Amino acid sequence: MLELSHVHKVYRVGAFGGARLRAVRDVSLTVEPGKVVSLIGESGSGKSTIGKMVLGLTGVSAGSIVFDGQDVSRIRGFSARKEYYRRVQGVFQDPFSSFNPIFKADRVFAMIRSSYFPGMSDADWKQRVLDVIGTVRLDPDNVLNKYPHQLSGGQLQRLLIARALLLDIRLLVADEIISMLDASTRIDVLNLLVDLKERGLGILFVTHDLSLGNYVSDRSVILRKGAIAEMGPTRRVFENPCTPTAATCSRAFPRCTAPGPRWTRSWPRIRPRTWICPPSPRATTPHRWSRSRRTTSSASTRADPGAGPHRVSTGPAPATSTGSDEYRAVPEQ
Amino acid sequence: MTLRVQDLKVHYQTLRGDVHALDGVSFDLADGEIMGLAGESGCGKTTLGKSLIRLDGRMRHVDGTIELDGRDVPVADDRAMNPFRYHEISLIPQYAMSALNPTRRIGRMINELLRARGVRPATVAEELNRRLELVGLDPDVLQRFPIELSGGMKQRVVMVMATLLNPSLLIADEATSALDVSTQRSVVESMVEFRDRGYVKSMIFVTHDISLVYQMADTVMVMYAGRIAEKAPASTIINDPRHPYTKMLIGALPEVGTTTEDTRLEGIPGTPPGLLRPPTGCRFKDRCPLASEECSETPPLVEIDPGHWAACWKTGR
Repeated sequence: MLELSHVHKVYRVGAFGGARLRAVRDVSLTVEPGKVVSLIGESGSGKSTIGKMVLGLTGVSAGSIVFDGQDVSRIRGFSARKEYYRRVQGVFQDPFSSFNPIFKADRVFAMIRSSYFPGMSDADWKQRVLDVIGTVRLDPDNVLNKYPHQLSGGQLQRLLIARALLLDIRLLVADEIISMLDASTRIDVLNLLVDLKERGLGILFVTHDLSLGNYVSDRSVILRKGAIAEMGPTRRVFENPCTPTAATCSRAFPRCTAPGPRWTRSWPRIRPRTWICPPSPRATTPHRWSRSRRTTSSASTRADPGAGPHRVSTGPAPATSTGSDEYRAVPEQ
Repeated sequence: MTLRVQDLKVHYQTLRGDVHALDGVSFDLADGEIMGLAGESGCGKTTLGKSLIRLDGRMRHVDGTIELDGRDVPVADDRAMNPFRYHEISLIPQYAMSALNPTRRIGRMINELLRARGVRPATVAEELNRRLELVGLDPDVLQRFPIELSGGMKQRVVMVMATLLNPSLLIADEATSALDVSTQRSVVESMVEFRDRGYVKSMIFVTHDISLVYQMADTVMVMYAGRIAEKAPASTIINDPRHPYTKMLIGALPEVGTTTEDTRLEGIPGTPPGLLRPPTGCRFKDRCPLASEECSETPPLVEIDPGHWAACWKTGR
């Protein structure tokens, strides 16, 4: 359904846009209907940028994003774009800033109606709204006709998902949707995503939280510095991480049932110096983002011993020789 | 005994009345103890952390006493608190990014802070460099502006800054929430090391992440709606929670390795009560599966096992 092939994103950074920052490098992945794909990575690994590119909020520097045979970056014009958003919607991290505090929260529904369903009768529309609110397991009496500050973060986040469901969406981009929610409501939103998945929705789930990614997703993509470090069926990636990035992520994550002793001073120190930016981008020492020139030659890809769709890159960027076809051709396990 | 808080009540003043953010909180913190303070948003954990060092304009101290190393801490009196701040009680705020002055170099900012607290910077300069090395920072950072540092570096700078005068109590308010997991781990381990080296005597680590406090804290205190639900050693809270709220909260955490195919976790139905007019009796009773008639009376916080405190009628006896 959604297919990213060899996508790159280069941002212009610095005071006058003189420097280049390669946020995403050579990412290829697919999202099928009824599947959840997790993008997992540290801050700055490019996971949100991928979400933004899929939603068309930012351009693609190289490569292509194809949704149902249509190249997303080539959609031009207001009406074509609107048609795209009828099928693809996003929900973002901070539910409080997604709403306008001056208006009631359900205004987001009215805005969908005025732009997408102008001909629908009041009764039909009301029924439709009640349906989606039921789908996200909210009580209409508790959430309709309220201002955003009267609702909890979990309720607002579910309202935003309900808003997306009013359209006949086929792909939902969920960008860190639960990181601002409490532990007790988080799991309800996650369970909702699982319900939606079972109804055939494809979900691109962006997160930095391993256990949450693991809980919902069918496939996991672990990103490091904008490139795919490891990708495969979630269970295999977590039980048998093949790259240092995935293993580090997995070990650094706090958990309640850690098999070994609790944290002691075992974690490798980040050495001084390497962390500090050089005083100016034109200094002789290489800037920490300026790796792009070296990566393509040093990158190497090796197959997972178990073969199959679990793909691993040992370099900072995967080799371009392995196309996306390789891991789609092998049946899922 | 480092810290003894007894029946602390702090209210927020609003136009619609007082919000009972802390309603009778009592606990002890031993020397060298790292206490994790966990709970949902709005349960009063940040208010508790803040009221130990500074009440802001909207906060009103209603009742209760705080004792630190045998001395009474006059929380209600802003001026009388000054000798305690930074010397005895110190705070790591939630966002280190906003705690640092963007227009000052780090070194100059630390010097200004020290002078404001009546300490000559030269007397601690050597110690400052040593501690920066200890957390893995080059003393060179003192010449830099905050914008030149990454989030993890800023968090470490703030940590070194906050503990420079060896405070007796350190309050870390969501100190690592903005960091990614591997940076979080190294910052948390440096904090534990500071405790081990005696730079801080004891620590209150406010967070909403129970698995994180399990990894670093000695004891965990779970708060609910302005009251303490349960306090116990970290492993007891995870493996043998007694308060129904703690049980449900821990039950709602997906572990690495849990998938929807194995088990489907359940959240806690309902929302926490508003604290403008808090309900009588046990505040968890509307969401509690065990609630019965006796829950309309407020359960006392009792010690059910040595070091294990819980406020619930169902566990208290």
